[in-house]
Amino acid sequence: MITFDGVTKRYADGTVAVDDLSLEVPDGAITVFVGPSGCGKTTSLRMINRMIDPTGGRILLDGKDVTAVDPATLRRGIGYVIQQAGLFPHRRIVDNIATVPFLLGWDKKKARARAMELLERVGLDPKMARRYPYQLSGGQQQRVGVARALAADPPVLLMDEPFSAVDPIVRTSLQEELLRLQSELHKTIVFVTHDIDEAVKLGDTVAVLRVGGKLAQVAAPADLLSDPADDFVREFLGRDRGIRRLGFVPAKNLALDPAPEGVTPEGHGTFNPARDSLRAALDAALLSPDGLAVAVDDDGRVLGVVGEAALVGAARG
Amino acid sequence: MNWLIEFFGSAEYWTGDDAIPLRLLQHLEYSFLAFAIAALVAIPLGLLIGHTGRGAVIVVVSANAARALPTLGLLVLVVLLIGVGTLWPVLIPLIALAIPPILVNTYEGIRGADPDLRDAAYGMGLRGSQVLFRALLPVALPLILLGLRLSAITVVATATVAAYVGLGGLGRYIIDGLATKNYAEVFGGAVLVVLLALAVQTLFTLLSRVIVSPGVRQVR
Amino acid sequence: MDEPLVRWDWIARNWDNGGPTSVKVLLENHIVMAFVPVIAGLLIAIPLGLACARYRWLYQPTVGIMNVVYSLPSLALFSILLSVTGLTQTTVIIPLTLFSLAVLIPAVVDGMQSVPDHVRQSAVAMGFQPMRRLTRVELPIAVPVVLAGLRVAAVSSISLVSVGALIGQGGLGYLFIDGWQRQFYTPIVVGIVLVVALALVADLVIIVAQRLLTPWSRRRA
Repeated sequence: MITFDGVTKRYADGTVAVDDLSLEVPDGAITVFVGPSGCGKTTSLRMINRMIDPTGGRILLDGKDVTAVDPATLRRGIGYVIQQAGLFPHRRIVDNIATVPFLLGWDKKKARARAMELLERVGLDPKMARRYPYQLSGGQQQRVGVARALAADPPVLLMDEPFSAVDPIVRTSLQEELLRLQSELHKTIVFVTHDIDEAVKLGDTVAVLRVGGKLAQVAAPADLLSDPADDFVREFLGRDRGIRRLGFVPAKNLALDPAPEGVTPEGHGTFNPARDSLRAALDAALLSPDGLAVAVDDDGRVLGVVGEAALVGAARG
Repeated sequence: MNWLIEFFGSAEYWTGDDAIPLRLLQHLEYSFLAFAIAALVAIPLGLLIGHTGRGAVIVVVSANAARALPTLGLLVLVVLLIGVGTLWPVLIPLIALAIPPILVNTYEGIRGADPDLRDAAYGMGLRGSQVLFRALLPVALPLILLGLRLSAITVVATATVAAYVGLGGLGRYIIDGLATKNYAEVFGGAVLVVLLALAVQTLFTLLSRVIVSPGVRQVR
Repeated sequence: MDEPLVRWDWIARNWDNGGPTSVKVLLENHIVMAFVPVIAGLLIAIPLGLACARYRWLYQPTVGIMNVVYSLPSLALFSILLSVTGLTQTTVIIPLTLFSLAVLIPAVVDGMQSVPDHVRQSAVAMGFQPMRRLTRVELPIAVPVVLAGLRVAAVSSISLVSVGALIGQGGLGYLFIDGWQRQFYTPIVVGIVLVVALALVADLVIIVAQRLLTPWSRRRA
């Protein structure tokens, strides 16, 4: 667990980047720091691995003040991913991934084997191993950046706007890849972004910061959408909060009516109650001319239907 | 053409004090000595200033001074002040002029390295010197080699001029030939100097092929 | 050393003694031999640089040749040219023009590359004809980079002229020969100071010119 205990960062010129931040980052989950530029989210992240030291308060990593640990030693135990990947241009991909294992004095063979394993794990062709960074696309470089951060199997991963510089389609696939990896690895991840949609999509917990480095709200994404703490958070979340919140409500508790004669998945919007959200069910109803969302199972068999009125009722909770 | 035949065909330039191989060796010896000393001073200094960001003013001043100071003036002044006779009075201006190209390019190479690379290197837990030698230096290598090449060329050229204040080497043919109006000797000497400069240029081009990582070569 | 570094009375007597070796005459010669190559170099480098920027395949070979030219020692080039142009100012001016080209052609190409693509595209979109786009949009934006190259070329040219003294055409470089032969510091010091001062003035003039030509770029070069 990472604990921010009244952390402040004030620069010599008087600007306050982070102001009395207190927060707990739970183990094995993704905590997202989100906010507009100048809100101190990156500074907060960089204080965890001592790229920046706080001017007040303490950051505890598993109960131990990080400033008591030698920076280099501390950092070797924390994965770090940045926006432009920051790969070493002069080294092949496999050696880039193995950077920290090499630093930790692993045997060369073992380090490279580990790098190859991670290369596949982040969804890259093993043939990429022999290439140099310039031969990879931005999205591929970013995957290598993630693999490199995971190389020495650190329990904590810091990710500073890692997907901001790639195009939307690649970003979506990288986000899904991260969620998939996390479901296997259960790392303690601190993720910084300025994109509230990304925050809500990836975070188990979302911390919204406002300009001047003050914490505005910490909550699970669904709670954030349903109960913003104040006008700033409400505005930052943007429009369509009501609809977006439904994305976090599972559809499995909906009461299904038996399908009327002649209602088939063809010509109707469908959803799968076992996996989809209320938002998908409502969308299915809106796509159907008769306003009925058709529930189907994994094999496409019709389980029943739900009407618009029932869906809106369920959405109101 | 006639001058070339006259020069290279004359036995006078193949034996004794004025033998071409001897003059060439002298030229190489002085040049290498000045170049090596300059590199030993300038590379560490450039790395240090580039990495710490302190003392950048030295780099700027030395670059401008090296460009503006007239070589010949510097040579005659230093040699007159220190005294003729030994090699050092001539070597000092040679070294002084050889330092700035290496210093400037080493500094620029380290300073100009991608800030994300620096950030990532520190973030992974490399220590200061590891960041310098494992991340920044390999990326700066093309520029450092450019600096070394420019410096070597400067030294070869300056050593030629330094024949005027008594240094041996290929410049002797040009200076002595001019003094005695033996234009075949001037011309032959000049051709030798040009060939040497081209050889140095080629050597550094080959060197950078060998020691710069292909991953870095492509980026620039 | 009993001889002082500078004897002021020597300067007073020799600044303008009527002869061909008065400091004033040497200075004038020096200026001619230093600036003709830079201006000629600029006039040649602009079309060549534009061609290289336009036809990319020209760039590598041109820069390769310029790199080789730049590596040739000035004294060797002067000596080789002696057989063609004799003991004249031309013998100094031609190699220095080549050196200027070696600096200025890459500067022009870099300058053209410093024009942001979106600026070029919007100029095309607004209907600028190629020639007009070049003179009104691209060249003005390229000016700071080209002038940075011009500063290097001018300062180098001023200092290199003095080597020409060894073949009898070195402007202020004559003072170094004179001082050396008579074991007399004053002319040497005067020569060095004047050459460096000339370089500083030229550098300053180009900086001011850049301020005037590109008032929108307040970046320090």
